[in-house]
Amino acid sequence: MGEQGVAHVWRKLRAIYNIEGNHCKTCDSYFFPPRLVCPNCRRKGQLEEHHFKGLGKVHTFAIVRQAPEGFKRQVPYIVAQVELDEGVRLTAQIVNCDPEDVEIGMRVRACFRKITEYGERGIIVYGYKFEPVLKVTGHPYP
Amino acid sequence: MGNRVAIAGVGLTKFGELWDKSLRDITLEAGMYAIFDAGIKGSEIDAVTIGNMSAGRFTGQEHLGALAVDQGGLGTIPAYSVEAACASGGAAVRHAYMAIKSGEHDAILVLGSEKMSDVNQSQAMDTVSVASDWEWEGLFGATFPALYAFMARRHMLEYGTTEEQLSLVTVKNHANAANNPWAQFQRPVPLEIVMNSGLIADPIRVLHSSPISDGAAGLIMCTEEKAKELTDIPVYIEASTQASDTLALHDREDITTMAAVKKSSREALQKAGLTINDIDVFEVHDSFTIGEIIITEDIGITEKGNGGRIVEEGLTALDGKFPVNPSGGLKARGHPIGATGVAQIAELVLQLRGDAEKRQVDGAETAMAVNIGGTGATSIVHILRR
Amino acid sequence: MVGIVGYGVYIPRYRIKTEEIARVWGDDGKRLAKGLGVFEKSVPGPDEEVATISVEAARNAVKYAGIDPKDIGAIYVGSESHPYAVKPTGTIVAEALSCTTDLTCADYEFACKAGTAAIQTTMGLVQSNMIKIGLAIGADTAQGRPGDALEYSAAAGGVAILVGMDNVVATIEATSSFTTDTPDFWRREGEDFPSHGARFTGEPAYFRHVGEGARLLMRKTGTTIDDFDYFVFHMPNGKFPLAMGRQLGVPKEKLEDSLVVRQIVNTYSGSAMMGLARVLDIAKPGDKIFMVSYGSGAGSDAFIIRVEKEILNHRGKVPTVDDFIARKTYIDYSEYAKYRRKIKALA
Repeated sequence: MGEQGVAHVWRKLRAIYNIEGNHCKTCDSYFFPPRLVCPNCRRKGQLEEHHFKGLGKVHTFAIVRQAPEGFKRQVPYIVAQVELDEGVRLTAQIVNCDPEDVEIGMRVRACFRKITEYGERGIIVYGYKFEPVLKVTGHPYP
Repeated sequence: MGNRVAIAGVGLTKFGELWDKSLRDITLEAGMYAIFDAGIKGSEIDAVTIGNMSAGRFTGQEHLGALAVDQGGLGTIPAYSVEAACASGGAAVRHAYMAIKSGEHDAILVLGSEKMSDVNQSQAMDTVSVASDWEWEGLFGATFPALYAFMARRHMLEYGTTEEQLSLVTVKNHANAANNPWAQFQRPVPLEIVMNSGLIADPIRVLHSSPISDGAAGLIMCTEEKAKELTDIPVYIEASTQASDTLALHDREDITTMAAVKKSSREALQKAGLTINDIDVFEVHDSFTIGEIIITEDIGITEKGNGGRIVEEGLTALDGKFPVNPSGGLKARGHPIGATGVAQIAELVLQLRGDAEKRQVDGAETAMAVNIGGTGATSIVHILRR
Repeated sequence: MVGIVGYGVYIPRYRIKTEEIARVWGDDGKRLAKGLGVFEKSVPGPDEEVATISVEAARNAVKYAGIDPKDIGAIYVGSESHPYAVKPTGTIVAEALSCTTDLTCADYEFACKAGTAAIQTTMGLVQSNMIKIGLAIGADTAQGRPGDALEYSAAAGGVAILVGMDNVVATIEATSSFTTDTPDFWRREGEDFPSHGARFTGEPAYFRHVGEGARLLMRKTGTTIDDFDYFVFHMPNGKFPLAMGRQLGVPKEKLEDSLVVRQIVNTYSGSAMMGLARVLDIAKPGDKIFMVSYGSGAGSDAFIIRVEKEILNHRGKVPTVDDFIARKTYIDYSEYAKYRRKIKALA
């Protein structure tokens, strides 16, 4: 027996840190979260690991005002379905954005945040959230 | 084709915050009422099915099949506990239907039960969330209302559905529940109160969502011959269908529609040899009012995108062409999760028997119940006929 | 020669103004801001801490450098606010960068200079051919006891520096350290907030160690103030680095560009490194930078860095220090208290 959350989170670290899912070579579909079986091809499927770029747009969203434990400090927060450029959708928070500024179709990029923690003494879960794409100005070369 | 399956009796507890009653109290109460209503002897019942989503998390108790048989004094008959999230009740009905249809059992006590008020709000929210894809939705901060807000926002964008339409579903269902002595909220609620109620996951407000409820419902389901012995007005299950969809909402191509509802309702109508226009009364899954709007479209009462408008037009009101949720629905009758699917059938049986009193749909002969699990990953449809 | 092959920074978007903190404690905000030279500080969001800041900075560094993270052989994260007391931050960074398991890793703590100590360690590993590329990070979400003077300056941010031998954007020509046992600032195990020796943190601590450290490296390398185009000193507040510059005879304009302290205040382990990153954002090939970090307890690490032509091939790929400084949202003290877990009843 393990402590709550430990092995559960550890098993999927790569997926939730780096948006690693898979791609089926048979039907050319992408999957996130990673699947064990291609639901289109089943036994004919050939799944390979795929590291998603982490760029996409907001497909739909909600502003959560009644939050579960572990999220109360963040209220009100934005949670959204993000459609990645590769075509799959996932569910994640949108950060670095005020609730009144989020809109469907907004370009976002993946960032790395604390998702939750298993109490004060337990492990911390990190993973993807999304943020509006930050403008890179560089500096005017003197 | 197997046996024709009938419903010979129904029983309900009052839905609401039942502080003085435990899970076993309400389960027993609904079962006893159903047995009394059918006038069946305990010894004639040969199995129990019970729909429940999460008694283990809500109360700490599992193994509810054995619990029900034991508390009811039903001896040694087999009991089956069935779980399909919010569709657990519908699944218990369907399991009994299949068992009778196959000839394995003749008379089954079908129960649905959930005791939700013994935990705090956070625990209740967490438990409800496991009906979605917990690992990839709930863990990332998407509460259950947020997932329905996802659907609502897309529906508003694609079809022009309005916040007022989301609210009018509440107004309609509360008006119906005002005449339902079993309902949690037996009072009408004005539109402006709904429109100004607190936001829980924009655009969803607290009065767009079903409450946390305790409650149980029971049915006596049996063969046609048995039903005829027991009652003059048996109600028959003309079709029982079920379909699945992806567990996570984000895996669906279109989140303004529930593919499982479409499939299971079409199949049910086909099996019953009916069209949607032949159905006189509906109980559908309005855990959030956007759910009722989407489901009325998906079962074919109106075309896709028009679900909000037909509420404005009164098409789904008690005196409309397609009365939806005469009981008050999940919104106003209450939504003790495992009980809901059974309670929908109980309401429709009362409607078909003409026993629904002030909320009676005149001359109702056929009825449809749509019970969904999660955000539509399970859909269970039943068509009943007097 | 060994040098910086890439660097990246991260600063959270939230800011609280000195005047807002002063308002809560009945201080004269305007006078304090002017006196300390600190006007607003960066504050981490409720879901940000050293591991997340380190990952963001490191991902920027990798993108800037254009290297394969599989070539990283060592990760050292310097911080005094590691999320775990036991369990390394560096392993989280490694996994989030998709590094290989052929990697050495440890967390460092030396008050505000743990990040530059990490740079020195990775230099050694690279130069001895033990690894190809090393990742040194200085990051903090610094804690200030409510009402204490530190509350005005304890900020959040992080800098990641990739150290290697090939295609360096800046050569590290020399480094040396000055170390004594001087208890000017500390936090005991299990305590939420650090304590400090107030005015003792100045002359015998910061000024002695930064000053001596600087003089030591110049003596060792036979250089003078005139040999350098930019100076970077650790920035516990806006006053100290300026006073240090005056003591050493550094012309003000050579120090000016590194003073990120005015916009975000003290990012602790990321403080001097943030100043260096700000200078690397704008320096010309051939420019020479003299940096001295400072860590309480106490020690300083001094570096001589020469900007290479290669730097021109990398700019514009990731946000600069100024880009992060410009992205800001002001919060009031109550939001600050909520985000920084100063409201204990909130889980």
